[in-house]
Amino acid sequence: MISLRNVRKTFPVPSAEFVALGGVDLEIGDNEFVTVVGPSGCGKTTLMNILAGLETPTSGQVLVDGAPVTGPGPDRGVIFQQYALFPWLTVRKNVEFGLREKGVPRAERTRIAEHFIELVGLERFADALPKTLSGGMKQRVAIARAYAVNPSILLMDEPFGAVDAMTRVRLQEQLLATWEQEKRTVLFITHDVDEAVFLANRVVVMAARPGRIDRIVDVRLPYPRTEQVRLSPEFAALRNRVWSAVHHQELVP
Amino acid sequence: MTVVEADTEVPTAAPSRGGRRRAVPQSALNVVSILAGIGGWWALSASGLDIPSPPVVLSRGIDLIKDGTLGGDILASVRRVLAGFLLGVLAAVPVGFLMGWYPPVRALIEPWIQFFRTIPPLALIPLAIVLMGIEETPKIFVIFLASFLSCVIATLQGVVSVDRTLINAARVLGARDHTIFARVVIPASSPFILVGMRIGLGSSWATLVAAELIAAQQGLGYRMQSAQLYYDLPTIFVGLISIGVLGLIMDRLLLLAERRLTSWQETR
Repeated sequence: MISLRNVRKTFPVPSAEFVALGGVDLEIGDNEFVTVVGPSGCGKTTLMNILAGLETPTSGQVLVDGAPVTGPGPDRGVIFQQYALFPWLTVRKNVEFGLREKGVPRAERTRIAEHFIELVGLERFADALPKTLSGGMKQRVAIARAYAVNPSILLMDEPFGAVDAMTRVRLQEQLLATWEQEKRTVLFITHDVDEAVFLANRVVVMAARPGRIDRIVDVRLPYPRTEQVRLSPEFAALRNRVWSAVHHQELVP
Repeated sequence: MTVVEADTEVPTAAPSRGGRRRAVPQSALNVVSILAGIGGWWALSASGLDIPSPPVVLSRGIDLIKDGTLGGDILASVRRVLAGFLLGVLAAVPVGFLMGWYPPVRALIEPWIQFFRTIPPLALIPLAIVLMGIEETPKIFVIFLASFLSCVIATLQGVVSVDRTLINAARVLGARDHTIFARVVIPASSPFILVGMRIGLGSSWATLVAAELIAAQQGLGYRMQSAQLYYDLPTIFVGLISIGVLGLIMDRLLLLAERRLTSWQETR
């Protein structure tokens, strides 16, 4: 359970302050898949960093299961756009990284790592170095690595932003398949309207200057989300609603 | 199980070294180049330039090896270089890490490093002799300084250029400061440190010969210095070639270590 209450974040800029987030309220229930979409500068990455504990809000409350967030923690896994794999470690060692920090014994580490590497379909590459993997494969390693420490929440910052359109569709399907097997609360940042609608229970549309929530669109499409869902008129209708919400925002003077 | 149908994502092939064209192997070209250089030298000495020819230098080299002079000199020089170089690296790596990790430490130390960097270590030899006498200490000290200064800057550079995202990734996986340091900062900056070590080794050799010009009883620099008094060009050539070959061997060894330790890098 994530609760954001009147979260503000401002950055000092010469002769003024930049309002990255101007009072955001949001509740996300357990095992929900929420996507956040919005134009650049709407503060969506700031929102994620605050939840991850990598940035502190200027004011407001951030609660995870009722406890205030004071820093990064293994209850919240983060998946970065730039993969952020440790290039000197093999796929397996990358996935084991957080387990070692938690003090999980070696045999247990190996077992858990193997499970999640298999879950993202990379068992053939378990002993490969990241430099030998494609972008999509790297991101799947990052997903396995985040899952391995068993967080209740996954925070994903435009994870598929750097891969090509075809790979992206496959990664979306795989992510949902993984999520349906291993349910977690997911907050997924994207700038891609299709992706936002395809993945989510709820789409949070954000607006810029100041960064805020414009509206929240419920997506009542059944899982598993197959190609059929993606091509259905219901999907198209939702997509159109979110599209116009993102692309035709009223500008606050 | 997540369904992964026929993994169409192709892993990127390791970038191939060398050119695209099928050309003469580079090692063959290296050999050709070395032979041409020796031929050029031979031609110059034959054309009347006042330098010894390769056979003369070779036979002098054999003489010096036979009577044990060259071996003793090499041992003396290598010992000085290694002592100074290793002490320099051992001091530079922790200092560089501290400077990169703690901005106040950097602010305190950096002016001195930048200041001493502008002074060639050789310029400190007179001072070192006055303060430390004419034994091994001043020689090793200036070599130490030369390697320390190159290596500390490289280490600092390595630490400050560690990707912030990697540090954040470690933090969100539950790593604390000391494990981030050990498991992220040190491996991420190792390529910089190894480059710094290679540069440091180069400056160590450069400093050695001049350091041996002062009151040494043995060493390649000393041998060349005394040969100069007798106008003994072949011995000077033997000394020069020995220094070059030894420096090259040490550099190659470091390069090999670098390749092994940093083969995980995306590009090189």
